[in-house]
Amino acid sequence: MKWLLRVLSIAILLALVLLACWLLRPLGQVPVPRSASAVGEASLRDPALIARGAALAAAGDCAACHTAQGGVPYAGGRLLPTPFGNIATGNLTPDPATGLGDWSFEDFWQALHSGIGRQREPLYPAFPYTSYTRLTRDDALAIYAYLQSLPPVHRTDTPDELAFPYSVRRLLVAWRALYFREGTYQPDPQRTATWNRGAYLVQGLAHCNECHAPRNALGAVLPDRFLAGGEIPAQHWYAPDLSTQAHGGLAGWSAQDIVDLLKTGQSARGAAFGPMADVVRQSTQHIGDDDLHAIADYLSALPARASPLAPPAPPGADQLVQQGKDVYRQRCADCHGADGRGVPGIYPPLDGNVSVIEPGAINAIRMVLLGGFAPGTVANPRPYSMPPYAQQLDDTEVAAVVSYIRHAWGNRAGAVSPQDVGRYRHTPED
Amino acid sequence: MDTPLACPTRATSARRLRRVPVLVLSLLLSPAFAAGPAAASSPAAPSVPDTLQQRIAACVACHGTHGEGSPGSGFFPRLAGKPAGYLARQLADFQGGLRQYAPMEYTVRGLSPDYLREIAEYFAAQQVPYARSPLPPVPAQALRRGEQLVTQGDAARGVPACARCHGSQLTGVRPDIPGLVGLPYDYVSAQLGAWRTHTRATVAPDCMAEVAGRLSTSDITAVSAWLSSRELPADMHAQEAGSVQPPLHCGVLAGNGAGT
Repeated sequence: MKWLLRVLSIAILLALVLLACWLLRPLGQVPVPRSASAVGEASLRDPALIARGAALAAAGDCAACHTAQGGVPYAGGRLLPTPFGNIATGNLTPDPATGLGDWSFEDFWQALHSGIGRQREPLYPAFPYTSYTRLTRDDALAIYAYLQSLPPVHRTDTPDELAFPYSVRRLLVAWRALYFREGTYQPDPQRTATWNRGAYLVQGLAHCNECHAPRNALGAVLPDRFLAGGEIPAQHWYAPDLSTQAHGGLAGWSAQDIVDLLKTGQSARGAAFGPMADVVRQSTQHIGDDDLHAIADYLSALPARASPLAPPAPPGADQLVQQGKDVYRQRCADCHGADGRGVPGIYPPLDGNVSVIEPGAINAIRMVLLGGFAPGTVANPRPYSMPPYAQQLDDTEVAAVVSYIRHAWGNRAGAVSPQDVGRYRHTPED
Repeated sequence: MDTPLACPTRATSARRLRRVPVLVLSLLLSPAFAAGPAAASSPAAPSVPDTLQQRIAACVACHGTHGEGSPGSGFFPRLAGKPAGYLARQLADFQGGLRQYAPMEYTVRGLSPDYLREIAEYFAAQQVPYARSPLPPVPAQALRRGEQLVTQGDAARGVPACARCHGSQLTGVRPDIPGLVGLPYDYVSAQLGAWRTHTRATVAPDCMAEVAGRLSTSDITAVSAWLSSRELPADMHAQEAGSVQPPLHCGVLAGNGAGT
């Protein structure tokens, strides 16, 4: 039996060595010096290419993450909160020492398409290369040309703040093997050009699925829950299901409603707020009408969803709903209407509003606490706003009014408890 | 103070609302009846005034319809009558994270500079009587020290007199320098403290941070107490632009008498 033990230990040791080699092997290609790039420097200065890149970078909302609060756009330094710790965003301006100044297009493409950095290291998927991998090389080149045209900003790297073991970057090799599928978007010949364009934007550049889907314990989005809605990890907002069909988060939304929301920040069905307000303001309002219609066309074709199970009513829910009716009449009905229909173009309806009836009620609770403005956009530069009620209503009153609006009119979502409200009262704003 | 309602222009306290005759209520809340059998065929939504005051319900809920703040507690600062440039600068500083208060940063972050300017001008134009706030017990000696700092400064510590920038009557100077009188003790001392801990800052050179950094904590108490105990001048408007020569170079005054 001794020999068997020995063979086994050698086999285990060998397997461990192989695993280590696999984890530690250099990824991707050796960095290409700019002088050796297949892309000529002169071609990068083409104003039409740069303009196209600017529009694509806006549609991809690169600046949202790659800009610190009060910082220079695209110079990075923002700390993105994740359940695994904070991840600092990089400097995308062409500073040679701290930005992309030394990056060739080949290096940039490898990052965007394969999620591999210039040191051949795996990138944290907080950078949504899981979606950007769908981009065409032409679009990536235009974005690269635009970023290289920006004034260089010298900014010392902000360190990541990740907890062990997530701070061991090499473990991402295993994550990638499990969850990352590389590949540009392949058009579906059975579908229209508009649908395909919408699919390309939604799945790739606009990376909608990075928020609008649930994530598992390892922070991965699973293919069978594509755009099915989920809580945004560490941000504590709910990004709704995007299906417009039966039981979808946007059930009943017309294509025009989707276009309106993305272009103006408001639609007849609801308004953008929280993280989506930033997305509209910085990104989608700048997307051309044709592309917005393509996105709407694609989302409108998403399948219907399964009917949700009715959640069990918490004890005392009936009484809460009754109390909530009074709170609603006193505080909310003036703007949202006693019938919950809102005022078109000004105050969103609450009847059928996905943010009111989404499973966890996070958005409704936080909206009541925080209030706030619809995003200021070109189409709606002086938005109306909602008062914050955090100072005026206690946890029970907020739970009451949220439970009421989740159950009033055509809404049939579960009640919330004062404890649910307490949890979000001290959540950071974003 | 009335409890602000969702629509402050029609702000009626909850208690009063219940006393409003049903007829008026039905006019106000006409959609409430739209679903009923007696409703008109096309239900009318609540009519919403197209005014700035209506648009900024999120602001007036805490700061008051006319920017009166919460005079009792001083928790929500008064905005009424503060110079427009100063108010617009504060909003921009909240957006940029120089001035830190999460609910304010959240509220203003999606708004354009033009809109913020319009909001600032709205509050700057409001005329609201000043209310006196309670003063904590401070020894007479502290009040004397406060008066000395405000009116003469402390040359040894490099602290200029407040009046050198904030105006001879301490009512501020248009368009960028706020008044210091008519404010609650808690507010003034909290702001000076915030400058020392860098939770309130502004564009460089941040001369108020410099001045606050040279004050001791007892100086902050002294200055805040003397300022908030002061009898208010008859004219509380900010002095005209250019009427002071600031002794420090201040980023916030760029182009408007930046100081020496």
